[in-house]
Amino acid sequence: MNERIQEKLSILADAAKYDASCSSSGGKRKNESKGLGNAEGMGICHSYTEDGRCVSLLKILLTNHCIFDCAYCVSRRSNDVKRAAFTVDEVVDLTINFYRRNYIEGLFLSSGIFSSPDYTMERLVRIVKKLRTEHRFNGYIHVKTIPGASEELIAEAGLYADRLSVNIELPSELALTTLAPEKNYQEILTPMAQIRDGIIQNKEEKALFKKVPGFATAGQSTQLIVGASAETDLQIIKLTDSLYQGYGLKRVYYSGYIPVTDDARLPQVTQPPVIREHRLYQTDWLMRFYGFQADEILDPAHPHLDLEIDPKLAWALRNRHVFPVDVNVADYEMILRIPGVGARSAKRIIAARRFATLDMETLRQLGVVLKRAKYFLTCRGEHQPVIGELTEQQVRRQILFGAGSVRSALVTQQLDLFAQAS
Amino acid sequence: MKPIRRPASLVGGAARSRPAPALTATPLDYTYDGTFEGLLTVLFSIYESKSPPNSIQPEATAQSGLFAQPAHRETDEARATRVWEGLLKTMDAEARARLYHVFLSEDADRELLVFRYVDLALRSPVDVAENYANADVRRVQRLAQMMFREKHRMEAFVRFEKTSDELFHATIEPDMDVLPLIAAHFTKRYADQRWLIYDRRRHYGLYYDLTRTDIVQFENPTGQKSTDISATVLDEREPLFKHLWQTYFDHVNIPERKNLKLHRRHMPLRYWKYLSEKQPREVRFEPIKNKQVIVGKEVSAGQKLLPPPQ
Repeated sequence: MNERIQEKLSILADAAKYDASCSSSGGKRKNESKGLGNAEGMGICHSYTEDGRCVSLLKILLTNHCIFDCAYCVSRRSNDVKRAAFTVDEVVDLTINFYRRNYIEGLFLSSGIFSSPDYTMERLVRIVKKLRTEHRFNGYIHVKTIPGASEELIAEAGLYADRLSVNIELPSELALTTLAPEKNYQEILTPMAQIRDGIIQNKEEKALFKKVPGFATAGQSTQLIVGASAETDLQIIKLTDSLYQGYGLKRVYYSGYIPVTDDARLPQVTQPPVIREHRLYQTDWLMRFYGFQADEILDPAHPHLDLEIDPKLAWALRNRHVFPVDVNVADYEMILRIPGVGARSAKRIIAARRFATLDMETLRQLGVVLKRAKYFLTCRGEHQPVIGELTEQQVRRQILFGAGSVRSALVTQQLDLFAQAS
Repeated sequence: MKPIRRPASLVGGAARSRPAPALTATPLDYTYDGTFEGLLTVLFSIYESKSPPNSIQPEATAQSGLFAQPAHRETDEARATRVWEGLLKTMDAEARARLYHVFLSEDADRELLVFRYVDLALRSPVDVAENYANADVRRVQRLAQMMFREKHRMEAFVRFEKTSDELFHATIEPDMDVLPLIAAHFTKRYADQRWLIYDRRRHYGLYYDLTRTDIVQFENPTGQKSTDISATVLDEREPLFKHLWQTYFDHVNIPERKNLKLHRRHMPLRYWKYLSEKQPREVRFEPIKNKQVIVGKEVSAGQKLLPPPQ
């Protein structure tokens, strides 16, 4: 029996690992009855894989049997792989025992579709219900809803789960019909809208009544596969933008496509597009925390993110007329836009300049990355060659290759790979 | 898009003035018993006697120079409490907590840093917490941040083992003294199981008995402090779950994305000792070969499906 469990775990963890989300933050589940677990606020990464990703949740499929045949997916029905399925009790037992040993923050449950969407969804709901009611488990639970499952089952899942997600996977309808013939956008967007409305309604009820059970209190998220189809970065961030605005999503995850098959419909790549994925995340952050609009970062003339430099620096180089910014007088919003100044340094600049006029040395000690920032700011009249006097290429080259330039490990690694290949 | 959250400091800060006595008497070399209450007592004494500190050191490890003016201060609960509560007149609770965290950081300069920060706060007409132009303020922030990171790491990296008498125990060796800071987290989280977390470097632990969490120390007959729990008393399913956890850890990895540098940055080598998934072991689990398509073999729809799960 133990060997069987171990084999199932191997198969079903391996099949679930391409889901990028491992967030365990934003839950509002307090342990109030001396039960097991507590999931308030901050997420915890209990371990990290050798590829540097956070391991926060027990991320597994209930089963990798699937009636769908999506080309990018390892569990598609035409793939000749070992299949396995957990029972409800096995998942519950694993979750509880991993949690008690402080291995994990909770469970991320997803599944291949067997029999029918509702049949599958019903099993997922049964697991989370059992954890919450019979085991009084207050850890974090993320449930991926099954495309095509009924409204009632999704509503029930939301009562027990902290987060619900519907994966879009392919960023355009055309790609979806080519690569995932059994899926369609309507089946993805309908449950997304339902979850959005459920969350809004739940918040309104909570404002009125004290004891209202939560509904997906850590919000809803989705994932886009990058590089399996031909969309531009502009298309992707436009889609992201509409998801944040139109569907109130908490997070959009990007998963660099890793070749899982030699299907002729898919590009024959050998390396996952790690840098592109990284730049998309940076852009996502600029839109959510730095006040950037999607069309400021990319436009039809520049439909792709620059792989060599981060999107904020790229924006600054295209908009040199707004620099240099004087950090001792500029608005918070403008300081945030200086390359090399993160949200934390920007806040510190605003706070510290009430006490003293800031100079370059203080900025460095506040955590500003002067290597990049020095071209774009002034303080106390100190400044590097004024940005207006240098061409875009000059600044770019100095930052990338000048003295003290450090490229991120990620970029170096992938650029090395290019060098080896050529 | 969401509006940018503006930092609180822009919303307006409270200004207030509190005169502090000038420290004009002879500087002294204070010693105390090494407890936080002891340090607070020293602070009280500094402003009472108006003698600024040359140095403040725990008595046990104090080193005095040739011209030292030694002054030992016995810990006084009442005075310590007065100082602790009085601090709130010049700083908010968060800034005050930072000073406690600085103390726990075991930084060589921690006592004088706490003194300098308190003195700065006493003499400043406005809240100094965000005066990042000041080196001491930055240092306090920095140490508090390091403490927070270490606390967060311990909340993540504790690995409990279950014994046959239903105790979940774990050993840690954090860089800083974080047990007092993680007690609340584990007490809330594991309310229905007995647990023990032992700091091997500092020779004490936290023990939760289903009702409350206490600081505990162990002494075995030879007088040596120890928590060695012999492997024979582990719960019979303990090896299974450790094995399953290692299985899981290996299988969530994506080999195509291998990035050991990033891996080590998140999980520095010095913590591996107590992480069951990172301990040397005989078996490494290879990824499931689920990516090959058998060329030329047509698979018809549904044919490959095994019976669905019950």
